[in-house]
Amino acid sequence: MKLLYFAWLRTKTGIAQEEVAPPAEVRDVASLIAWLQTRGPNFADALKNPQVVRVAVNQEYARPDHPLSAGDEVALFPPVTGG
Amino acid sequence: MVVRVQREDFDVGEELARLSEGNHGIGGVTSFVGLVRDIAGRQGASAMTLEHYPGMTERQLEEIEAEAHRRWPLQASLIVHRFGRLKPGDRIVLVATASAHREAAFESCHFLIDWLKTRAPFWKLEETPDGSHWVESKDSDDIAAERWKKARS
Repeated sequence: MKLLYFAWLRTKTGIAQEEVAPPAEVRDVASLIAWLQTRGPNFADALKNPQVVRVAVNQEYARPDHPLSAGDEVALFPPVTGG
Repeated sequence: MVVRVQREDFDVGEELARLSEGNHGIGGVTSFVGLVRDIAGRQGASAMTLEHYPGMTERQLEEIEAEAHRRWPLQASLIVHRFGRLKPGDRIVLVATASAHREAAFESCHFLIDWLKTRAPFWKLEETPDGSHWVESKDSDDIAAERWKKARS
């Protein structure tokens, strides 16, 4: 699974993109975030308030119950501020 | 329908001329140009850097544009959005819509910029004398976009 981080999710985690193989209990967006929170203090800090984190799966917005599979591209980012 | 995401500036006159060129069914073109303000939330912003999600940005802008064409009888439309480092006064975004009649052009242009602001994956990093800050999203933008859900759907 490919993970991408943007804006302050990138600066707080210190990672722009990475390949991960999450454990079997990671089946949807919510469980992915719960697992990421356990990966260290920088992840715990970046994801301490999941309500302000937007998630896209394969470049489409996804809700917490959106299912995930191994080949997905998952992006985590704050609410957008373009325009 | 045209979507461009680019680092370079754009010429509004040229873009609008190209949009309607050769299409005499167009009776009116509405455009919106977004600029960098010198005080965007915080005091004394000297510049900003627009980050985006290549791939998803284009896909979201194309979806937003297609939605405008479903809702209004448009002859042509254009979204140009810049990324990278920009200074106060610089152009950020151009949205333009063309239709046989002005009402569809005005409404769809307003719709496009409101939806773009809440859906297109761009983030602004402002430079100020005390360091760089990620700009926070505004509730007013969500409310502006919400209006179009109530109006038609």
